[in-house]
Amino acid sequence: MSEISERIKDVIENEPVALFMKGTPQFVMCGNSGRVLEALRAAGAPVAAVDILPDPSIRQELSELSGWPTIPQLFVKGELVGGADITQELAETGELRKILENKLGTDYGDGAEERVVDVLSGTRA
Amino acid sequence: MAVDRLESLLRDAFPNAPELRVEDRTGGGDHFQVTVSSPRFDGLALLEQHRLVNDALAEPLRDGTIHELRIKTKGTT
Repeated sequence: MSEISERIKDVIENEPVALFMKGTPQFVMCGNSGRVLEALRAAGAPVAAVDILPDPSIRQELSELSGWPTIPQLFVKGELVGGADITQELAETGELRKILENKLGTDYGDGAEERVVDVLSGTRA
Repeated sequence: MAVDRLESLLRDAFPNAPELRVEDRTGGGDHFQVTVSSPRFDGLALLEQHRLVNDALAEPLRDGTIHELRIKTKGTT
């Protein structure tokens, strides 16, 4: 397995809420990524975001790991929740909060913050 | 045209779909809204429903025909 693939796997497995997106929470580069981010913000979730744009191999390796072809991709506790449409639909029905509570505990939002994880260098800012 | 190609791929995958629509969202031929209701979705979680649509469109997703894809799925029950 490539180094990038290992780092992506590490993010998916170890970040409670991992969002692979185009751009960063501070600078969203795609409407669909923005929709997921807004849904997560509304639910008060902690978000570890990975920008897939800097290197095409990030997206390739991610889709290989997840079996999901499009971006964004949202994972909660290592499990793929879905892309933008699914996440938005789950948010509208209140299901997203339930998933977060079930997987992370009802206090999942305590001290929630947004972070950016760089899978190219392996640093977490 | 891309819309027709997508629609025919979806028709093959969901032959009994009472509702099946492909819209070109921007007119540019690469941002699509796909709406499908099918008995194949009955009893499946949303993630699995979308997976079936992604599978049906694997080829245009891979070759870059689809730049952005929005999916709306419904079961028939």
